Parts: sequence; structure tokens; C-alpha cells
Amino acid sequence: MRLNSRGEKRKRPGLTSEEKRDRSILRLGYGVVFGFLCLMLYMWYFLTVQREDVINNPYNARLERLSERVERGALLCSDGTVLARTQTDEEGRETRVYPYGSLFDHVVGYSSRGRTGLESLANFYLLSSHINLVSQAVTELSGRKNPGDSVVTTLDRELQQTAGDALGDRKGAVVVMEPDTGKILALVSKPGFDPNLIESDWETLVSEDDGQARLLNRALQGLYPPGSVFKMVIALEYIREHPDDYDRFRFECDGYFEWGDYTIQCYHGNAHGSQDLFEAFANSCNGAFAAMGLDMNLESLGGTTQQLKFNGEQPLPLPYSQSRFAMEAGAGDWEILQTSIGQGLTQVTPMHIALITSAAANRGVLMTPYLMDYVENRAGDVVKSFQPREWGNLMTEEEAGILGEMMRRVVTEGTGSALRTENYTAAGKTGSAQFETGKESHAWFTGFAPAENPELVVTVIVEEGGSGGLAAAPVARTIFDAYFAR
Amino acid sequence: MANLITDVSKYLLILLAAMYTFWNFRYFNVEYERQERICRRLWRLMFLLHFLAYGVLFLNTEDWRMPVFYVVQAMFFLCYMFLWRQLYRNRSELLVNNICMLLCVGFIVLARLSFDKAARQFVIVACSAAVTLFIPFVMDRAWQLGRIPWAYGLLGLGLLGLVYVSGSTSYGARLSLTVAGVSAQPSEFVKISFVFFVAAMFYRSTDRRQVFITSAAAALHVLILVASKDLGSGLIFFITYVFMLFAATSSWGYLGLGISGGCLASAAAYAMFSHVRVRVMAWQNPWADIDNRGYQITQSLFAIGTGSWFGLGLCQGMPGRIPVVEKDFVFAAISEELGALFAFCVLLVCLGCFLQFMMIACQMKAMFYKLIALGLGTVYIVQVFLTAGGATKFIPSTGVTFPLVSYGGSSVLSTFVLFSIIQGLYILKRNQEEEDDYETE
Repeated sequence: MRLNSRGEKRKRPGLTSEEKRDRSILRLGYGVVFGFLCLMLYMWYFLTVQREDVINNPYNARLERLSERVERGALLCSDGTVLARTQTDEEGRETRVYPYGSLFDHVVGYSSRGRTGLESLANFYLLSSHINLVSQAVTELSGRKNPGDSVVTTLDRELQQTAGDALGDRKGAVVVMEPDTGKILALVSKPGFDPNLIESDWETLVSEDDGQARLLNRALQGLYPPGSVFKMVIALEYIREHPDDYDRFRFECDGYFEWGDYTIQCYHGNAHGSQDLFEAFANSCNGAFAAMGLDMNLESLGGTTQQLKFNGEQPLPLPYSQSRFAMEAGAGDWEILQTSIGQGLTQVTPMHIALITSAAANRGVLMTPYLMDYVENRAGDVVKSFQPREWGNLMTEEEAGILGEMMRRVVTEGTGSALRTENYTAAGKTGSAQFETGKESHAWFTGFAPAENPELVVTVIVEEGGSGGLAAAPVARTIFDAYFAR
Repeated sequence: MANLITDVSKYLLILLAAMYTFWNFRYFNVEYERQERICRRLWRLMFLLHFLAYGVLFLNTEDWRMPVFYVVQAMFFLCYMFLWRQLYRNRSELLVNNICMLLCVGFIVLARLSFDKAARQFVIVACSAAVTLFIPFVMDRAWQLGRIPWAYGLLGLGLLGLVYVSGSTSYGARLSLTVAGVSAQPSEFVKISFVFFVAAMFYRSTDRRQVFITSAAAALHVLILVASKDLGSGLIFFITYVFMLFAATSSWGYLGLGISGGCLASAAAYAMFSHVRVRVMAWQNPWADIDNRGYQITQSLFAIGTGSWFGLGLCQGMPGRIPVVEKDFVFAAISEELGALFAFCVLLVCLGCFLQFMMIACQMKAMFYKLIALGLGTVYIVQVFLTAGGATKFIPSTGVTFPLVSYGGSSVLSTFVLFSIIQGLYILKRNQEEEDDYETE
């Protein structure tokens, strides 16, 4: 039997008409077309929006292939000075040259033996060439490589130099950034290495029997006890718990705070006398903060640290260590006392302290820190530029205002006296973090200036430097001086 | 120099593919006489593209087997076209055209990935083409096709059951049977018998009882496939069934019931089977497990992303980094080296085939044939969608091959069967029209 419409109609009269069926088929066809439209739209979105973030990944081996066709581009300072460039000799051998040697070591990184720093971050852009198609064809024909694009960084040569010099031979790190944009202007970590000699020095750099950890970028990856800079967090939490009467806080300091069997000592046993919240913060009075800690709602404190990006991801352009805040509700008194003054199990990176300071200086808003300002081709035309982006609120504007005021008082009447000057109004917090009995404490300073309209955030740590006010604050002073002398 | 030619030709290849796609769609709204001219143009574009791509492959590999292989392929395309023309006056030239175009893309990509695999694939393609050439002839003479639903149903279920019991496992799924040294994936052929089964069932009746029985049998197909961990095929069967049900009954109620049933079943599968959860997790955030479960999909995204719109050029990328690239991820390889625009064109050609199937479905008078055309079209296009969507992370990867393009014998043979059946329907229809014209005269 051959099937035809007549036969079918006779068999089942009164069923849905053929037109109805055809309409259903057409509808299904439209559905499929719609599905394919969505798929193509998604691919368009992937290729225009997500593409660069996705493929600029160390797991993407294809980028290596690009270097066969493109001469790796240069990394430049914000003023155009070259930080890294590729030199090709007559035989076509390429060497990567770093004119400033170890000054920009960690932040610029290296590109043989794996890639680090900006060499890794900007890898894709450095290996892309945006010269015009005619020149591309000409270089292709003559068998040469196309020149890769240059990446202009946010780094400020003078500030980096000043910060590096100020730290000198001491171990430690300096972070300098703009709180209102998130631009990182200087990033120093010592001890360092000379990226020009990375090949020849590699064995000694990785063997590291001396515990120098020269390849470690201490600014982002070094975890330190925060010491008294953590009082920013405790003070913030105190203001949150006592929004109406935080200014009525009083503490009588005789140099030693005794609680049961435990004693908390102020720095060198100094007696601060009667202290309100601002004075206790300015003088870094351990007793006052230990007492505050004992009264605190630990669950709420945990929430505050989480909001400040402890134990979590931070919006950083380079590999970093996550800061740790381990105290949980129900912690014992000793742990509370220690944690309140920044000792105990808490660990932070200098960059993280800079982020918190930056938010306090920018009405509570954290701008996403960034290192790449724009990408330009060999002819100097801008190919792509990166804009400041908000990452979120770490605290309210009001809280940021109070914290800023407290930090200003640290400089005017407290431990930050090294920053007292006519030329600008600095604000900050010092810290001296003990990490091992018998060793000098790590010296911290974090701050910003001018206090009324912050332009610059500086965070300094000097390992085993002693007191923050004496060892770290002067480093920050030099940097602020250089910046405001312009 | 080779670099420059590769670079220039990659734009030319995209241009040729775009022109092919354009004329492919233009075909549908022109007069019959102009259709013939368009088909000749499509043939020329395809041969140009084929020649150019193999030229680039030869320049880059400097392998003398390439030009030889090219000539053999070109001869094959010519023979295939010639034989259809000779045997069936009323064939759809466009369909023959598109088959060859998709095979051509497949041969280009496969030869670039692995010459040996491409050569093996060619042998299978040639045999499949020869065998399936006679399908329209058989269909014209076998009149009882719509009368034996349970023959199709039991055949399909039996084959799937056999695979479940004694099939061999690859990439975690039980897929293939090996008989006398030849391994085959029965599910590829059961797709076709399944469509015949459902069409024959609904041809008998579409009352509630019949729908219930058919649904139960269809669900059994899907269940066996899911149990064999062949999720992609399970999904294809499911969607095909829902589409056929909707077309046969024109009932929105059944469509809604089918879709909600599908959602429930997916939720249940997600909860019950760990391999389903693994796939979904690898889709949601492959970056979290980039070394292991996310490796394949992230490599595919690197390929597509690095290739971007215009591609890296043939032999300039690293498609070999993607595991199973020649089967499930061939779409990523196309996109990486030939460009996303080229890949779009390939998708549009597939979509064009599907739309032609739907037109044939609408033109067929008999419900059985109507449903066959719709069902086979759905089987085909869902495969294309799953493989392209999986490679681009639009949907979770389901391990489905790209029909006619991917490496794999069963897949290519079953797709040839599928296209030939559609071609058979088209020929039946045209012959009928001619007869009718004759009678009225």
C-alpha cells in the first residue's frame, strides 16, 4: 500500500487537519532556529566579552605559538620608560632586557622559566600585534616577526625608586596605590633578584638554603601577623557595635592590662593613662583594645573580617595569598586578647592592608587594584585601555570617615609622628608585630594623604624592623615627600 | 611565504564558506530554473574551498600524500554527484550538495588533525555513500514500511539492550559492540529505527492509549541509554520523541507534558547519577578543576577564543590539545583554525539542511512520511546543536559527534542513511507530483 492523503483521511475521519500538523512542524522549526540563534549569540558574547580573560591563561599553550610570529612587546612605566623589552640580535636570537634590573623585579616578573608578574599578566597583549595589515604583510614576506604591542603600566618610576631606596637592604615590602582609582603606583618586595640574570641565577634562587625567598613577592604573597594595624579592624567593629556612643569609650591604661591569669602589655610597658577610643587608637594602646575585644560580639567580628576580605578572594591582578582570620565565636579569653591586638593566628599580606586603607581613604569603596593602564601598538596608537572599576564597599562612608579621623590623630598626636609635616596632612596606623620570641618585631605602617582628599595610599612592612613608628613610618614619609614635592 | 598564503587563504576560505551559505539560503526563495543555477554555483564554491584548503595543508605539511588524497576526494565528490544525477532524476540537488560540503569540511579538519584517521574516514564515507545510494530505490518499492512499528521498536530496544549488557566502554560510557573485529555504535542506527517506530505508531492512531504505549516504549529507549551513560543519545531520543508527539497530535498539552517530564527526568538523573553531576559541574565552572574534569572544555574554549573570528589559519593552532578533538570537539577545531565565522557558516549549512527537511515534512501528504521527515530532521539538528553547544560551553558537554564532519564510522554511516531516507521521501513526492500531472493531462 502506498500512503497518500486520501487513504489516510478515509481511515481516520475528523482528526486534526493536515494544516494543523504542518503548522506544528513549522513551529518546531522556528523553535530550533531560535535555539541556534541563542547559541550564536552566546558565541558572539564569548568572543567579544569573555575572550581575552579566558585565553590569557597559563594553561593556554596556544599563546606560545604566537611568539613564533610576534616579537614580544615592551612593558613601560606610566611615563613611557622601558621596564622590559625584547632585543633581537642579527641571528634572530631574542633576549629579554630589564633596564632597571632588580628595581621592578617582582612586579614586572620574568618570562623565561615560566612567567610571573606583569610578564604573565600582560602576556597575551605582548604577544599580539596590532600594526596595520600592510606592514604585517611586508614583515611576513621578509620573514621577520611582527612587533608585539606594548603595555603601559600604572607604575611610577620615581615612586618605585624612592620606595626601593627607602627600604634599602632590609627585608620587607611597600605598596603604593591611588585609593580613588585603584592604580598601583609602586610595588616593592625585598630581597629581590635581577631578572636579567634569571637564567644564570636560577639554581641559587630556587634552592634557597638561606631562607631569603627572593622569588617571593612579599607584597602580595607574604603572610605576616598584622600587629597593631589590625586595630583598624577592631576599631571598625567597635564603632559598628556602638554606633551612638563609641566616643564615650574610656580605658585606664597603666601599661599592663591584667585579665585573670593573663597580662597584655603596651609597647615597652608605656602607661597611656585615661584613653578614649581616638586616643587609644592614636597611641596604639594594647590594653584598651584587649578590653574592647573581650566585650565584642565575635560572630559580628567574623562578619566584619569577611567583609574586609579575610579568608576569601581579593580582587588582585597578580597571584596572592589569602589573609587569614581564624577566631571563631566561643574562642577562649587568651585568644581574644591576642587577636584584638593583631597577634595570635591572624595573618595578612601587605597588599591586603593597603586595600583596607584604600577603602577607608575612598569613602569605604574599594577600587579594583590594577597594573595595566593601556595597550598600544608599535606606532603608539592605543589598542585597548583599562578603566578604574569599583569592587565594592568594605565599610560605609560614615565608618570610613571615622576611621580616617582616627588615623589622622595617629599622625597628629600618636605613634605616627614621623609623618608630621607642614607640606601635607597624612593619616595612618603603625604596627609592631611580634612573630617569634627573641626577635625584633615586624614594623608596619599604613596610611594615606592628604587626609581631607586622599590621593595616595602607602603601606610598608619592614621585617624585623622593630617599632612601626620608627622603622616603617619614615619609609612612608619619604614616599609621601617625593610624591607631594611634585 | 607559507605563512602569508595561510593567512590570506584563511580569509578567502571564510569568504567562500559565507558565499556558499548565502546561496544555500537563497535557494529556497527562487524559481525552479534559477535553483539549478544556484546548485551549480554551490558546487563551484565547494570545489574552490576544497582545493584552497588542501593547498594550504600541503604548503604547511609538505606531505605529498595531501595532493593525492585531495584528488581522490575530488573524484569521490564528482562520482557521488554524478551517480545521484544518473539514478534519480527527481533528487534534491541541494541535499547532495550539502552532504558533500559537510564531508569536505570534515576531510579538511581531519586531514589536518591526523592523516591516517582522515584516510580511514574516507574509506568509510565512500562505502557508506555507495550503499546508501540505493535507499530511495528501495523505499520506492517497499510499501509496508509504516505497518510494522514493533519490528522497529523491538529491533531498537534489542540493540540498545545488547550494548548495555555486553558493550565496551569508552570515556565512561557504554557505546559500542564489537562483532568479528568490527566495532559499531548501535545507538547511531537505533536513532533511525526509533523514528520509524514512533512514526509508525502514530500513523496507526494518536488516541490516548496509543500515545501512552508509544511514550512508554520511547521512555524505555531513553532509560537504557541513560543507564549506559550515553547521555547525549538519550537527550536526542527524548527531544525527537517530544517533537514527533507534538507534530502528530498538534497538542500543546502533550508538548507541555513532555517538556515537564523531561525536566523532572533530568533533575532525577542529576540526583541519581554521579556522571551527570560531573558533567554539569565541569560545565558550570571548568576553571575550578582545570587539570582534570575541566580540562577538555577549557582547552576547547582556549581553542575557540584564541582562534577568534578569523581563526589562526590551517595548521597554525593546536587543536590536538583538546582530548577527543576529532569526534566530540571537532567544532572547536574548526573554530580555532578556520575561524568562528567559518564555524557559523557550517552551523548555518546544517540549519539549512534541517529547514529543508521540515519543508519536505510539510509537503509530504502521508502522516507516516511527514513524521519520518520531522523525526530524522530533529535527530540530525539536535546532534549538531549538542556538539556545537557542548564545545562552546553553551550547554554541558554530552559527548555527541558532529554528523558528517566528525571522525567515526557508525556516525557517518547512520547520517548517510538518514540523508538518503529524506532524499527518498523527496523523490517519492516529486515522482507522485509528476504522476498527478500526467493524470490530469
